[in-house]
Amino acid sequence: MGIRKKHVNNFPTPYTCTAAIREGGMETKLSMVLMGFGNIIHKQKIKGLLYLAIEVAYIVFMIVNGIQFLSMLGSLGTVEQKEIWDEANQIYVYTKGDQSILILLYGVATVLLTILMICAWRGALKSAYKAECLDKQGKHVNNFVEDLKSLLHENLHRLLMTPPMIFIGALTILPLIFMICMAFTNYSKIDNHLMLFDWVGLENFKALFDSSSILGSTFWSVLGWTLVWAFFATFSNYIFGMILSIVINRKDTKAKGFWRFCFVLSCAVPMFVSLLIMRTMLQPEGAVNVLLRNLGLIAPDASLPFFTDPTWARVTVIVINIWVGVPYTLLQLTGVLQNIPGELYEAARVDGANAVQIFFKITLPYMLYVTTPYLITTFTGNVNNFNVIYLLSGGDPVTNLESTAGSTDLLVTWLYKLTVDKQYYNIGAVIGILTFIILAIAALLTYRNSKSYKEEGGF
Amino acid sequence: MAAKTKVRSAKKRRFINNTIVHVVLAILAFIWVFPIIWVILTSFRAEKGSYVSTFFPQSFTLDNYVKLFTDTSILNFPQMFMNTLFIAVCACILSTFYVLAVSYCLSRLKFKLRKPYMNMAMILGLFPGFMSMIAVYFILKAIGLTEGNLIKVALILCYSGGAGLSFQIAKGFFDTVPIAVDEAALLDGCTRWQIFTKITLPLSKPIVIYTVLTSFMAPWLDFIFAKVICRANSDQYTVAIGLWNMLQKEYIDSWYTSFAAGAVLISIPIAILFLFMQRYYVDGMSGAVKG
Repeated sequence: MGIRKKHVNNFPTPYTCTAAIREGGMETKLSMVLMGFGNIIHKQKIKGLLYLAIEVAYIVFMIVNGIQFLSMLGSLGTVEQKEIWDEANQIYVYTKGDQSILILLYGVATVLLTILMICAWRGALKSAYKAECLDKQGKHVNNFVEDLKSLLHENLHRLLMTPPMIFIGALTILPLIFMICMAFTNYSKIDNHLMLFDWVGLENFKALFDSSSILGSTFWSVLGWTLVWAFFATFSNYIFGMILSIVINRKDTKAKGFWRFCFVLSCAVPMFVSLLIMRTMLQPEGAVNVLLRNLGLIAPDASLPFFTDPTWARVTVIVINIWVGVPYTLLQLTGVLQNIPGELYEAARVDGANAVQIFFKITLPYMLYVTTPYLITTFTGNVNNFNVIYLLSGGDPVTNLESTAGSTDLLVTWLYKLTVDKQYYNIGAVIGILTFIILAIAALLTYRNSKSYKEEGGF
Repeated sequence: MAAKTKVRSAKKRRFINNTIVHVVLAILAFIWVFPIIWVILTSFRAEKGSYVSTFFPQSFTLDNYVKLFTDTSILNFPQMFMNTLFIAVCACILSTFYVLAVSYCLSRLKFKLRKPYMNMAMILGLFPGFMSMIAVYFILKAIGLTEGNLIKVALILCYSGGAGLSFQIAKGFFDTVPIAVDEAALLDGCTRWQIFTKITLPLSKPIVIYTVLTSFMAPWLDFIFAKVICRANSDQYTVAIGLWNMLQKEYIDSWYTSFAAGAVLISIPIAILFLFMQRYYVDGMSGAVKG
């Protein structure tokens, strides 16, 4: 099978843009300049006027603001904020300088608006051509009320998808593009570029990959730990949760509901609460150390270095992640386990397989087969697992005082520290992009081979 | 005779196995429940301070709960509670509508942007969730939503903004509603909108309830977005930031036991919702109409 599938158009329609330009009448061609003109002529006055209004609004916006926004996008502002001594009032006055961040934001927003406008323009052209064709063939042309009604039936997807799409566009896609742009600027506290900054191309990427600098070496060590963490966090939860649910589901286990309840109870407590509790319990003077002292397991003034020793801290976060994650795994895997055909087990038992063999030859392969998509999502979730690390250890302990990351910092918590605490926005954005690339490669490779890809779903 | 001893020894072995399994389960269950018990005990502890030298409290009191609701000078818990409730209700309505609408479209309607949309959702899901958080803050600031009471609107937008991307579970559920029902309704002259509201949604009660509850719970559980957007506006804090603040260096000594009390208070409704939802969650996974 070729990697690229041939593009098949499942939605053939005679009313395309090229057809409109090639075969459309005068009025349709005029609607290329004057949006909605064709519609107005062919009995769709309100629709045509709406298109016209969109065009007018866009042009007015571009003249008033848009062109200026776009032209500033290249330089990102040049006027510095200055302090001027005001003789008359005997005070310092600040002149209004350019704010690169706003220029960038408005610029990106204008570009997005323009793309939307192009879509609207294509829509107008198609609709004008359709109206023309239908009118010439003497068929019925929908009037505005009928168009509105069609939103509830054949065009329901437009009605239902538009509001969520607007939200996604404004609050997910726009910020993402904005942030990706930041990766190519020098927007950071270094050299005081918080107000005015410039495009620097791939400088930030170079700085991060240069393993001789402090930033570069931190990046590689954080990346290594992130992958180790994601691997252990995913599979420890998976295996442990599976064993636990097998044990609870065993025929001879009594009070199944009670055991399940005990474990599920802990995921009913909000995650940030249980993580904060865990953190306070594991402090040098926290409950766990106190308990160990009371039991006489450690000396009265000693304490176990849960979050102060790098190796201890790393093991601690993984172990606590098991505590946090296993109930969820239990919930999700129980149903899948119950679906394994019973005949398989009976046959295995008749053939004299023991419990361990049954687990490795039947249960595990079956589970892996069914839950591969789940495993991928958990893995990506763990690479991006901000809560557990930030609330538990906060990335501590910091062993190298020069670096900005501690020993348990993941890429995401490091990103958070760099942007929110240190205000190195550009480096933060680069890390975000790199995280995405790593995840995208991993997800693509696995999804392509998984069942869910072959049947339906993304990609 | 030999057969009998064999049966007996097999029985004995099974008994030993069962005992071991139950003991191990009991130990594990204890480990999982232990922190919860400890918080409940701490919330009733009379001795102040964050760290004490005894594991179990020496004396019990209700003061921690009283303090939470009466001492509003530094950390105004009742106000935080009302803030969160308001945000949660609004965000819940918006995102429930978005999730259900998008899932229904992707599951039932055939349109050109269907595949591209699903691919886009998957790609967006791979970006670190709050990578764009700073950018979202700038955008909200640019439209003036980061001052005063408008912060609540900003938070509502944040919590419901990405809702259209988390359609997988609901879409999976809608996929299991037999398409023949839709076709019959179409023949009877229903519009697609009527099918959605009058047939699909009533048939999908479990997933509707599941969506409502998850989106209602999100503002109670999130604390990073709230922290970045609220900044220093303490009158707009949500419960999560409040609880987190109680553990900061300057408050931890006097507020530690109240933190435990607050944690218990928040956990009770969430736990009830969760245990209630769990049933629908399992149902949601297994489909709507059982054959």
